[in-house]
Parts: sequence; structure tokens; C-alpha cells
Amino acid sequence: MRYLPLTPADRGEMLARIGVPSIDALFAEVPVAARLNSLVDLPRAMGEIEVERAIGRMAARNVAAGSAPFFVGGGAYRHHVPAAVDHLIQRGEFLTSYTPYQPEVSQGTLQYLFEFQTQVALLTGMEVANASLYDGATAGAEAVMMANRLTGRKRAVLSGGLHPHYREVCETYARFVGFELAAQSPAPGEAEDLARLVDGGTSCVVVQNPDFWGELRDWSALGRTCHDLGALLIVVVTEIVSLGAVRPPGEMGADIVAAEGQSLGNALSFGGPYLGLLASRDKFVRQMPGRLVGQTVDADGKRGWVLTLSTREQHIRRERATSNICTNSGLCALAFTIHLALLGESGLPRLARLNHAAAVALAERLHGIPGVQLLNRAFFNEVTVRLPRPAAPVVEGLANRGVLAGIPVSRLYPGRPELADLLLVAATEMVTDADMGRLTRGLAEALS
Amino acid sequence: MSEWSRALSAHAAQDIAAPKTFSGNRGLQIEEKLIFEQDSPGLCGVNLPEPAAFASRLGELERVGPIGLPGLSEPQVVRHFTRLSQKNYAIDSGLYPLGSCTMKHNPRLNEKLARLTGLADIHPLQPLSTVPGALELIDTLTHWLKTLTGMPAIALSPGAGAHGELCGMMTIRAALEAGGDPRRRVLVPESAHGTNPATAAACGYAVDPIPANECGRVDRAALESKLGPDVAALMLTNPNTCGLFEDEIVEIADAVHRAGAFFYCDGANFNAIVGRVRPADLGIDCMHLNLHKTFSTPHGGGGPGSGPVALAGTLAPYAPLPWLVHGEQGLELVEYKSGPAGTAIGRLKGYHGQMGMFVRALAYMMSHGADGLQQVAEDAVLNANYLRVLLEDNLSLSFPGPCMHEVLFDDRFLRDTGVTTLDFAKALIDEGYHPMTMYFPLVVHGALLIEPTETESKATLDEFAAVVTALSGAARSGDTERFHAAPILTPRRRLDETAAARKPVLRWRPELPRREAAD
Repeated sequence: MRYLPLTPADRGEMLARIGVPSIDALFAEVPVAARLNSLVDLPRAMGEIEVERAIGRMAARNVAAGSAPFFVGGGAYRHHVPAAVDHLIQRGEFLTSYTPYQPEVSQGTLQYLFEFQTQVALLTGMEVANASLYDGATAGAEAVMMANRLTGRKRAVLSGGLHPHYREVCETYARFVGFELAAQSPAPGEAEDLARLVDGGTSCVVVQNPDFWGELRDWSALGRTCHDLGALLIVVVTEIVSLGAVRPPGEMGADIVAAEGQSLGNALSFGGPYLGLLASRDKFVRQMPGRLVGQTVDADGKRGWVLTLSTREQHIRRERATSNICTNSGLCALAFTIHLALLGESGLPRLARLNHAAAVALAERLHGIPGVQLLNRAFFNEVTVRLPRPAAPVVEGLANRGVLAGIPVSRLYPGRPELADLLLVAATEMVTDADMGRLTRGLAEALS
Repeated sequence: MSEWSRALSAHAAQDIAAPKTFSGNRGLQIEEKLIFEQDSPGLCGVNLPEPAAFASRLGELERVGPIGLPGLSEPQVVRHFTRLSQKNYAIDSGLYPLGSCTMKHNPRLNEKLARLTGLADIHPLQPLSTVPGALELIDTLTHWLKTLTGMPAIALSPGAGAHGELCGMMTIRAALEAGGDPRRRVLVPESAHGTNPATAAACGYAVDPIPANECGRVDRAALESKLGPDVAALMLTNPNTCGLFEDEIVEIADAVHRAGAFFYCDGANFNAIVGRVRPADLGIDCMHLNLHKTFSTPHGGGGPGSGPVALAGTLAPYAPLPWLVHGEQGLELVEYKSGPAGTAIGRLKGYHGQMGMFVRALAYMMSHGADGLQQVAEDAVLNANYLRVLLEDNLSLSFPGPCMHEVLFDDRFLRDTGVTTLDFAKALIDEGYHPMTMYFPLVVHGALLIEPTETESKATLDEFAAVVTALSGAARSGDTERFHAAPILTPRRRLDETAAARKPVLRWRPELPRREAAD
């Protein structure tokens, strides 16, 4: 087996040194009834060629986004990742290191996480960010629990414009952790009056910008209402590239931002691993879940970085920890940090403009198709259109013709016939004019 | 300089530790500023075209004002992150004997396959008819995990081990509530990972600790005395964090089941028994698998992980969404509560789980096969026991006799030397090794927990043991200065963690111009 360096002779010598006759002696404590007498019923070892062939065959059965005109978003976006990103994250010193618990030999990881935290704070317009969570949806649930701890209240209001997966994750946590949710019904294209739902028992209101339907919303007034009543405003961002063009949540009075960072540096990868971002105000930091990197000095007085405020965390605080999270999304955070370092102050806004320009062009084309109605007024790189018939079969038909047209809303809201005609369509910098032509022609034909 | 740092510096061999270079660099160790301190406004490492003129549809929400990001070219960025990487220890560069972390070799084939466009470049919400290979891959992974655990169902979505624990405890609570018998206490051994009590508490349970016996295993009498009608579950790690197999596990499982409770096993240490023991045969109802431990997906400096959960038939109906099922038309992804999935606890994470990690773990399992995986467990246990016998005369072994995949020492051998476990670990860094896990588990004093894994050669273990033995001798013969000052050869020496926590600096901020700062 190519990954095992012990030779049969080594094994024999080592067993002799240990003083046991066979390897079985070292497993003597395993109850006899639980010992396997033969190999488990699985294939035998394979060489690289066979494994590549087997998994390559599975990969080849899928339609890769890059092989088709591609307009699928819904919280996961296909952006160009510069070649340097993937090269750098595969350096073994990053890829194969553990959580930086020994700071003297982990300054590389600690410094990039400090840079990551700074980038996330700057992008979101917040004061502080943690070193990542699993993904945007779990970050949203953690944000609600953080708000519950901060306010001492247990009721969260969720906007109907929140990504349905984020709402569902919150619902699961609410049932088991023990808090209440007032989740609003999805109402694409309509303004929600969330302020009327906030009262003295509300810990937080969770909104999204751009919302699940792609609509841009100004939550400043809602933020003021929340603060008047002692509640917190949580803003979810599922397309982090939007912050290159759109006013950040920090300017809208957000107290906590929970976001998905996949768009920068990370592949679609069928939904994971992604990158949960969590940012908030300085005064809330001791109730933040997850790891935090802080600046300090070493014994020679030189600047360095360490994991800090770990008395919030499970390995110190055990059942009184702010969260049970341990492993986070370190390498995805590195990809994000490198991609954003490459883009910088001029590149990110330009990337955002390219996305927006593509979406504007696409929206105009879709609007021009008879029977198709655009539901958005203001948007970034994704829009919702109403088709004259259920969207799912249309999308399926277009997929058969090699066009990945977007997400039929019924995929995420299967029990709501009033949403069945809705189609969510995203356009990033990867979409070409020809791609848009194929989508709009295909759609027009499918609907004619 | 604080008193704290002066005390340490006084011991340092100044000529070695702090050579006076003009640059501050030390050979291959290059001082590297933050990216924010390397800003050249206007530079960009990506060439993107400016879009042709168009009418913005951002409404009133267009960003005004700068973001505050630095401008850098590609060579600057590549050099920056390359230099940072060189400040890290990694499994690629040496033995990483962190107990309970299973730092084994990460095969590069797995990285290559996870990047195949047919796997990396597919969207979780594109039509399922366009991703049959992805479903096949997940189904294949599930089959391997079911066969290795002997359990009938796998919940795929948890993002890491602790998330898997949460998933498992939620399914247990859902099953108890469905039976009309909600309970409120969860028993957790004192030797458990911190995530166990944190998870039980997060899931709404009161945590009741179980002491260890003098053999480093769960005190069965204490455990049984705590079992009662309000106990929902026992959360046990096996092999446990002392590196020992819980030899009474079958009796423990029986007692837990007789009390009407569920048996949760923390699978962090599955590497010791993979292919040799199926958890189902031990009476376990629920166990998470850290794909980033046993199945070699890279730790990546702290993630991403993946924590699928193996479930007994009694818990499977409550598994979180999505479910992958064999339907009439082949594999079906059930994303919402309906039909048999109506009992599911709901969703725990966006989309369908850590697909990128699934690919790597499957490639790892296929590479080893049934025979290779059994050899993994055997070599992991052999390596740990080999280190045990090489070191037991020079360190203090906490519990006599064979261990499983990791071996636990405590700090008795350092008694009256003035050297602590922390000092000892830091001295190992100067010797070119990543330290073992320190001060965990909590059931012995000054723990040093060593897990070599199966991917280390005998020669590496011999060299490591010789260094540890020499350090032990140094500590006990009074050569203690090297310990108190250590490490001195690293990019940074010991860092002041107290200062970091007292006044947290969690991000870079631009320095204010002097006059403004004075105002």
C-alpha cells in the first residue's frame, strides 16, 4: 500500500520490541464477539490509475458548469478563480497543517487569518470578524444564537426574503437549542413590513441583502426600529461579491453580519465545503462563536498572532461554551483571502460591476421575452422572473438542450404552488453574450 | 518589554536566537508585513475588463466611499503567501504527533480528483438530472462508510466533527420525543473532547460527567449509578482519549440500552479500529466520522472538515436532510420532508454536505481497499505502541499496558525539575517537531498525548523517540534553561497570550496620521 511506510520486516521488529507475538495481541481488549474475522466486504486496494478511472468516470457523468451556458446562483456562485489561488492553497504548509494551537510554528496560518478577519470586517462594514464558520447557513443560525445570548431574549424574526436553506437551518437549531422563530412567508417582489413584528421580546431580525429573490434592500429603517426596541439587526449576505458594488450592512445599522464567502476563491463543488463569515461590532465580540485570531508580541517583543479569547470556546469552557464549533473552514478562508488580496481595492468593485452589468443585460433580454415578467426593481447579479408556466419543466427541458438556466423556485419551495412559475437567474462575469443568447432563445422557444 | 518577556529572554542563547541582521530576516525566515501594509493604491493582481457603459440597477444602494483593501500585483501576492506558508509546520514537512487529531499523510491524488471539473464545477442546485455522477459518488461513499461501521444509515451533511455530534444528538432527541419520552440528561466522561459536553448542552441537555477509573477507562459502576429514566444518552469516545479501548463497552452499551437511553460514540479515534472492528458490533447507536482524521482529508490549518454520522435503524428516520435514497428511478435526493423523510429533523447546513471532502475520502478508501484500511488501523496501533515502549522508561506512562493508536503520558517525570509539559512541548519545537497534544485529556496531570498515525516510518519514530528521550534526560539532569526559553529557533518565540486576550486586537487598522492621533 503506497501510503504505508512500514515494511513487513519493520513490523516484525517492532512487535518484538513491544514484546507481543502478533498485532492481534494489541487488539486484545476488543471484545471477542466484536472482532472481525475477515476483511469487510469492500473492494481491495487500488492503484492511482484505477482510482482515477473510477472517480473520473463518476465525474464525467455530470454536466460541469463550465461546459454549458450557466445561470445558476441561489447562494452559490460561479466566479473566476485566479490560478495563483489554487496553487497557493495547495502548498503543503497550508494544506496539511492543523489548527494553529502552537503559534510559534503556525504564524503563517495565524497571519492570514488576521488578514482574513480584517478583509471581512472591511467588506461588511463591521468592526470585527471571526476566523470563519462552516457555511453561510450555519453562520446565520450561529448569528441568531449569538443575538439571543446578547439580548437575553429568545425570539427571532426571519424575513421571507431569507434563503430557504438558511431559514431551515435556523428552524432545526431553534427546535433543539430552544428558541422561537417568526419566519415570514416568501413574498417575492413585495416589500415586507418586518418592523411591526419587533417587540420587547425580539432578540433579532434576520434579513438578507440582496435577498433570496435578488432584490436589493435598504434595511436602515428596520435597524433603527430594532435598536429602539433592544433587538439586533442581522444581515445575511449570500453573494459576497455584491459588496464590491453595494452599500455594506454596516452602513445599514447591522449588528451582526452572517455571510457565505464561497464566491471568492472557492469552487461550487456541489455545495461544499464553503465558507461561513461572521462579523459584528467590537462590543459583541465575547459572545461570538468560533475562533478568533488576535495580535500580540513574542518574548522578543516582535509582533505576532495567536488564537485568542478562547475562554469562549468548547475546549476550555466545555458545556458553557458559546458554541460547540471546533473545526471551521480554514483553507476556504485562505482561498478567499488570496483572491481578495489579488483583487484589491480596484479589482473587487470592477468584478462587481462586471457582474452587475451582465445581470442588467440579462434582465433586459429576459424582460423582452413574451410572457416573462421581471420581478426586481433593484438587483445585483441575480433576478427572479415569472414564467407563464411552471419553471421546473422549462429548466429541465433547457438542461436537456445544454443550458443550465437557473433555479426553479419550486426546487426550494416545493409546497407552494404560487411560486411554481418563478425562476431565479444569476449572471456573473463568467457569462458571455453568446451564453445569454442561448438562454433567451431557448427560453423563448420553450415558452412559445 | 514586559517582565514576562524579560524573564524568558534572559535565558536565551542570544547569539543563536537573535542574530543581528540588518533586515530582521534570518536566512530562510523572512519577516513579512501584512498585505494592508504593502498597499500600492491602484495595483491589481487580476486583469478584468471594464464593462461597457450600462444603466445601473443598484437603485439607492450603490456603495459610496472606499472599502479599504490594499492594491497588490500577482507577484507580490504570491510571494506574500509563500512566505507565510514557510512559517508553518505541516504534516508534509514532518511528524505531527498531535493526539486525537490523526495527522496522517494527505495523498495528493485526492486533491487532484476533488478538482476534476465534473466534481468541482457543479452547482448544488443545478438540475439533478445533470449530476448523476455526483449522486453516485455520494452513494458509493455512503456504502463504504456503512460497511465499515456496520450501521444502516449515514447522515451526510454535517460540516465537521462537532457538527456531526450535534446532528447525532439531535436525532437522539428527536427519537426520544417521538416516543413520548423526552429526557434531559446526557452522560459524558471527564476524558471527553470539549465538543461533547458543548454539543450536549447546545442540544438542550444537562451534562453529567462520569469519572475515569484507575485504568483510564470509564468507571462503569459510576456510570451505571448515574443511568436512570431521565438519561437520554451516553457520549463516549472509543478508543478513548487516553488511547485505550473501552474494554467493557459491550456491557456499557447494554446498560445504556436497558435504561432506555442511546449510545453515542465520538468517532474521532476511529483510525485505531477501522476495518478491524465495526462500531455497530459494539452496541453503538450513533457515531460521527471525521473524514478529516481517519479518511485523510487535509486539515487545512483548521478546516474544512466533514462529519458524516452513522446511525442505527432506530435513529435513521430522524436523519437530517437531504437524504439520498434508492428510488424507483435510481438515486433520488430528498431535499424536503415528504414521504418517509417526513420524520427528518430538517436541515443542518446549506445544500448537500462537504462534497469536496467526500471525493477525497472516497479516493482514500478506494486506494486502501478493505485490506489497506485494516492495515491502517494495525499500523497506527503498532506505531503508537512502539513509541510507548521506546518512551515509557523516560516519560511517565499514565496507564500501563498496550494502547491503541495514541499513547498518553503525564508530567510525573518532570516532577521537581521546574520544567512543565508546556516547556517540554516548546523544546520539541526547537528540535524540529510539532509537539504532541498537551494538557488533554484532563484526567491526568500535565498530559502529553502522542498519536503518530500509520503514515510514519520506523526510522522517523526511532529518531523522534531519541529526541524525546534526550530532552527528558536534559530536564531531569538540571539542564532546564533550554526548556524555559524554548522555542528560540522559530519565526516567533513564545507569544503573550494573556496580553492578546486582555486587549484584543482582532484586525488591522490604518495608523492615524500623527496630528489626528494627538487630537
